[in-house]
Amino acid sequence: MDDFYRENILDHYRHPRHKGHLEDPDIHYHDVNPFCGDEITIELKVKDGRIVGVAFDGSGCAISQASASMLTEEIVGMTLDEIRKLDKDYVTELLGIPIGPVRLKCALLPLKVLKAGVWGLEEWPE
Amino acid sequence: MISATLNRKVTSMPTVTNILDDFPILHQEVHGHPLVYLDSTASSQKPVQVLEAMDHYYRTTHANVHRGIHTLSEAATTAYEDARRRVARFINAPSTKQVIFTRNTTESLNLVAYSWGRANLAPGDEVLITEMEHHSNIVPWQLICEITGATLRYVPITPQGELDYDALGQLLNERTKVFAFTAMSNVLGTINPVAELVAQAHAVGAIAVVDGAQSVPHLSTDVQALDADFLAFSSHKMLGPTGIGVLYGKKEILQAMPPFLGGGDMIREVKMSGSRWNDLPYKFEAGTPAIADAIGLGAAVDYLTQLGLDWISEYEHQIMTYAWEQLQQIEGLRILGPGPERRGGLLSFVLGDIHPHDVAAVLDMQGIAVRAGHHCAQPIHDHYHISATTRASFYIYNTTDEVDLLVTALNKAKSIFSF
Repeated sequence: MDDFYRENILDHYRHPRHKGHLEDPDIHYHDVNPFCGDEITIELKVKDGRIVGVAFDGSGCAISQASASMLTEEIVGMTLDEIRKLDKDYVTELLGIPIGPVRLKCALLPLKVLKAGVWGLEEWPE
Repeated sequence: MISATLNRKVTSMPTVTNILDDFPILHQEVHGHPLVYLDSTASSQKPVQVLEAMDHYYRTTHANVHRGIHTLSEAATTAYEDARRRVARFINAPSTKQVIFTRNTTESLNLVAYSWGRANLAPGDEVLITEMEHHSNIVPWQLICEITGATLRYVPITPQGELDYDALGQLLNERTKVFAFTAMSNVLGTINPVAELVAQAHAVGAIAVVDGAQSVPHLSTDVQALDADFLAFSSHKMLGPTGIGVLYGKKEILQAMPPFLGGGDMIREVKMSGSRWNDLPYKFEAGTPAIADAIGLGAAVDYLTQLGLDWISEYEHQIMTYAWEQLQQIEGLRILGPGPERRGGLLSFVLGDIHPHDVAAVLDMQGIAVRAGHHCAQPIHDHYHISATTRASFYIYNTTDEVDLLVTALNKAKSIFSF
């Protein structure tokens, strides 16, 4: 258990980075996980094909919210093409814990919302 | 084994130690802890008597039912129909013709909504359900109202998690053609007064459809005493296998209804110009049925009958009341729904602002299986302005020791998420 809710996950959950809203975002996207009702909104500022600003808002379990917080720390400076290539493994490595099939959806919701907002990719990341 | 339990029953109540011997799945460790299974409201575990009945059938008796002349087919037909007889007796149905095997409660309710609804609903008519329904008793009615132009109305619930009877009095009127409601809420645990609700529906000329998915496994059920027009329930919540459920209906209503699914077994005669329907209950059982599963359900019904539904509901009530008292003492924990006296054997709760998925994950790591989410009943959660709850539910194989383990694990969850 102490493996699953590792201190860095709980830290991101309790003190989420980039939580809130941007003024005048270039991209704004919201989605829910139909299995549990977790919600994530992601807002982005984009300049010359690169992400220069990010904010997220949402509610849900520690895994979904920590995943969103961690993701926002990584993606500033990435090109939109790089965002397109982010996959399931990227998120699970970021979280650094073994995740079963049900909780995987919690972990992947932020990336799903990000890719849907940027590229219109609505399917779950693989 | 249950026979030993039965012999003891003459002089004393069955003990849970005897019962536990019948459930091999419960004797395992999860994440290094003994499994504590508190998720029977979602699906119960199966005793060896059920597993053996199904295994025996497949090993010795299997063939397709009803039209075979050969020995195996006759034996399979006898076993299948014998299961129907057991189920009929279990709910005190006047006749086996009124016991239709379906896949589950959901399919039973869809059968009523589509088959009865298409023939009997029109614009201006009203369908009344309640805010405490499972999605399976909401969505079929939404769909049939869209098809027929009838209007769907909901009986609200009170802050205590009971039906709002004043509102019900207003909502039930001469336009109401059907009142469909749960006998026991799968989230709030509320036990509804089924016979009274049926009588109120009948008083305005509506039929009453009872979702018995949560009540039939736990409370003694007598469809004639309830006077219900339809009763739907699932095998897998009452110690039987998945894939088989039941729809009981009043004979004259079933006879007047068109079929639900078309195919083999449900016809009397098929011509290219059209078909004539088979007699009850076969009119509503198109295609090869879940024969082994029906036999498994028959064995589950035997098991429940031997324990006695009165003993079962009393035993669960004791555990639930104990759990209620213990959980109330956890600071920050809020239980949804009515107090123990009006409640079945389940507790849905929120623990501070810890997300139910996180609560369930922490419990799982201590071997405790609970359910987290909206439990296929989003309207209830909307009513309380919460997205999800954690639910612990109890059945014949649970103990108060397991409640103590639950309390310890919940306190652990609190300390991990320290609020």
